[in-house]
Amino acid sequence: MFGKLSWDAIPFHEPIVMITSAVVAITLTGLLVWIVVKGHLPYLWKEWLTSVDHKRIGVMYVILALVMLLRGFADALLMRSQQAIAMGAAGYLPPDHYNQIFSAHGTMMIFFVAMPFVIGLMNFVVPLQLGARDVAFPVLNSVGFWLTATGALLVNISLIVGEFARTGWLPYPPLSELTYSPGVGVDYYLWALQISGVGTLLSGINLVTTVLKVRAPGMDYLRMPMFCWTTLASNLLIVAAFPILTATFAMLLLDRYLGFHFFTNEAGGNPMMFMNLIWAWGHPEVYILILPCFGIFSEVLSTFSGKPLFGYRSMVAATMAICLLSFMVWLHHFFTMGAGADVNAVFGIATMVIAVPTGVKIFNWLFTMYGGRIRFNAPTLWSIGFMVTFVIGGMTGVLLAVPPADFVLHNSLFLVAHFHNVIIGGVVFGAFAGYEYWFPKAFGFKLHEGLGKAAFWFWIIGFYVAFMPLYWLGLMGMTRRMQHYDVPAWQPWLIVAAVGAVLIAIGIALQVAQLVVSIRSRVALRDRTGDPWNGRSLEWATASPPLLFNFAVLPSVEGEDAYWGTKQRAQAEAKAVTEPDYADIHMPRNSATGFICAFFATILGFALIWHIWWLVGLAFVCAYATFVVLAWRDEDEDLIPADVVAKLDRANRAARVGIGQAA
Amino acid sequence: MNKVENPAAKTGGTELEVGRDSAPIGDVAPGDEHGPDDIATGVRGYLIGFVLAVGLTAVSFYLANSTLVWAPSIPIALSVLAIAQMGVHLVFFLHITSGSDNINNVMALAFGLLIVMLLVFGSLWIMTHLKHQTMPMDKMMQMQR
Amino acid sequence: MSAASPALPPGSGGGGRHGRGAHGRGGTGHLAAGLTAEGAQSATKRIVVAYGFWIFLISDIIIFAALFASYAVLTDSTAGGPRGRDLFDLKLVAIETGCLLASTLCCGFAGLGANARRNGLYYSSMAATFVLGAIFLGIEVHEFVSMIEAGAGPSRSAFLSAFFALIGCHGLHVTAGMLWLLTMVAQVYAKGYRDDILRRLLCFSLFWHTLDIIWVGLFSLVYLVGVAP
Repeated sequence: MFGKLSWDAIPFHEPIVMITSAVVAITLTGLLVWIVVKGHLPYLWKEWLTSVDHKRIGVMYVILALVMLLRGFADALLMRSQQAIAMGAAGYLPPDHYNQIFSAHGTMMIFFVAMPFVIGLMNFVVPLQLGARDVAFPVLNSVGFWLTATGALLVNISLIVGEFARTGWLPYPPLSELTYSPGVGVDYYLWALQISGVGTLLSGINLVTTVLKVRAPGMDYLRMPMFCWTTLASNLLIVAAFPILTATFAMLLLDRYLGFHFFTNEAGGNPMMFMNLIWAWGHPEVYILILPCFGIFSEVLSTFSGKPLFGYRSMVAATMAICLLSFMVWLHHFFTMGAGADVNAVFGIATMVIAVPTGVKIFNWLFTMYGGRIRFNAPTLWSIGFMVTFVIGGMTGVLLAVPPADFVLHNSLFLVAHFHNVIIGGVVFGAFAGYEYWFPKAFGFKLHEGLGKAAFWFWIIGFYVAFMPLYWLGLMGMTRRMQHYDVPAWQPWLIVAAVGAVLIAIGIALQVAQLVVSIRSRVALRDRTGDPWNGRSLEWATASPPLLFNFAVLPSVEGEDAYWGTKQRAQAEAKAVTEPDYADIHMPRNSATGFICAFFATILGFALIWHIWWLVGLAFVCAYATFVVLAWRDEDEDLIPADVVAKLDRANRAARVGIGQAA
Repeated sequence: MNKVENPAAKTGGTELEVGRDSAPIGDVAPGDEHGPDDIATGVRGYLIGFVLAVGLTAVSFYLANSTLVWAPSIPIALSVLAIAQMGVHLVFFLHITSGSDNINNVMALAFGLLIVMLLVFGSLWIMTHLKHQTMPMDKMMQMQR
Repeated sequence: MSAASPALPPGSGGGGRHGRGAHGRGGTGHLAAGLTAEGAQSATKRIVVAYGFWIFLISDIIIFAALFASYAVLTDSTAGGPRGRDLFDLKLVAIETGCLLASTLCCGFAGLGANARRNGLYYSSMAATFVLGAIFLGIEVHEFVSMIEAGAGPSRSAFLSAFFALIGCHGLHVTAGMLWLLTMVAQVYAKGYRDDILRRLLCFSLFWHTLDIIWVGLFSLVYLVGVAP
């Protein structure tokens, strides 16, 4: 009846797990009760959970990312403290638990923090920057988000029901095969990522189509803001790379569930084929994460330097070059596997070639700032911090791209330091820059400046203190994923690294405080103009937060930096542009499809993990039925009459006229 | 002003005129045909494609077991025939053309095919070299016993 | 990448509204205007939807590419078990190929019938597409069952794992396509040739034609190369 599921699946004997789960459960129940009692449930359901508005979905992605960041960072603190004390001792985390923690940390940070964060920002910003009213497929967008949330939920369920994978953030066979990992941990990992992977793919298709097909009149390819270009490149990579992930995990699942022999030791299976395929996804994945952040830095640096982006066209070329090159280097993740000198040499050189377009970008950002009147707001700080940190990370990457050097450094803490260097210094800093930069656009008030800057300084100093010792430890020969060790010389460095983790924790606490303080003093921080930073692209032409339909009348784009041009002309003519002719607007109607579909997907995933076959069938049929019901609906759009549009837009225009006159 | 041959627009009586000075490009949905919109022409297109595809398929099946060709070249010949037939399908069934209204569709397809080639040939190259360099798994297992 | 934008002026969005779906005898009068209602955006809804689906199909092709790469790498890993030429029955493969090719032709006719609002052509072509797809699937199931009964199931060797996964994935797609086909027939029957339904039909035919293209690769590179001397 319940497959492999029984009371044994719940770890009653592990106090840490039980207490954490209890606290989480109580908090969630409390939150739910508060929502219901206060009568917020209908609002939440109508305005958020079933929303197909790209802005709302973008915000929900970012919230998911921030919540999971706390969870993933808790794992990081556990690991750093364990390693700081586990010199010749067992520490406080048993190996079994420690292995689950580093696996969960990597899985969550990549798939449920970095991915939702950048996808959320792209979702929120790109239609606004393109001058569009929504993405190409709003309902699909909602389905994509909820499937991602399903994956995150399944990973968290594994904390209390059953176990998580102990196989690292990428489950290398044969360790991840049934013979060596008979538990449900790997199954949790695989099904969570299969489901969220489908969500990511849908989102990728959606954003590619949006950028290529849904733009305001006059928004030529070479007038698009840099962030739209990097979004295009990143989502092309999603569309091309995530199917490889899906196929690879499907093969591992076939091995585990139906006795296939893709990656087993027996019957001719080839575990190395898994490494090959997973990195054919894994390397583009790195660029899926970093490219949108490159776009964010371009927007931020150009806005806060008060100058157009330097070398816009070379930036576009560099972005698309990275997009293609990122698919030609995947072997550098397994130089040591033994493909031989010629193969290694080709992929090593290809890897070094990628540094060229990336270098072009760094110089472009420097020249954008050169001679500009730079305002050092929090987004600027994150961007400058990124440039310094990322260059260091890139350099160590070039070191690792040299096959003989890689033979020494492979799987050592040097590697761990390198990828944290580029992912924290690039993706996390980029996401936070975007978060600070677009927050007023999303909610109508700015974030507290002082706390934001303080958080930045704790983050960057904490980062250097935490990860520079890991480079050194890697050179000293310490390998990654060690639950304990017996080399006394390592311990001081690991203690330093733990201190760094604490500094980052303070940075995160400051960010939480910043959010709370900003919400409490939102009246003082209110952005009435819609353009708090003196921005250059079209999102700043809308109200903050933007109206449901983004633009009352679609803008007509006449050059790069579309909104900057409009402002210049308006100021030159010393008057606001005359009121446009308003027309009725059709907007996609909200739909519960995404939420319901994710509900059944969660059940489906859970049933598959625990081999509850009847429930698998039931959930699958229900999910299918959800889509048939969606296909059957007759009305998928709401009409907003012209006079309502006019009324809503006039307030926005009035605020802007005031600013125009003041200027 | 450039008028774009687009059946979707024509039947609706609207003209797709591009009112800007930058290079105008029409656009057509992948799978939509580009030309007159009557059934007879459509059927003819599909039938031509069908006949070509059947012919190529027949040649492939014939070649597989024939002794007419030098044996080691058969896989290559079969690959070439397969690619040709895929092209026939793309043109006659999916109506993918080289026209200016199809640029986006063709670009997307080309990108996809590039990835397919990189993945298949890259994997084969890497894994063949690996096989030459490493000990077969069964031998390794024997040594460990 | 072209520097030109396909952006169109106001009014052009009418292509989506009054396009192929405009002479909708069976239509309910609903306008699938949507994002392009004011015609200010760059592409008609039909183009946007079909293009998005095109991107999806490309990602689907990459799934097959990954499975095919595994098959290609593992072909010789038979673990002493049977090879392709011991197992494949080219007569059956030829019948399968013929069925799928004919069904792709019928699917094209169905699209023509729907665009011209010819019920007879639409329904009969869809029925033929379905029947041919079902025959294809029946033969494939028969092939799989007889291989497993002969002790050449997917657990026998890595080669057979890869074979079953690759061909089975295509079979699953055909099954999904047949389910989709049934809902498309039901939608046209219940709602008529509405714009949104015609868009879905276009996507369906793209899907079905693409499955046939993938099959061309499979029968050539898996079956025929597999038995070639």
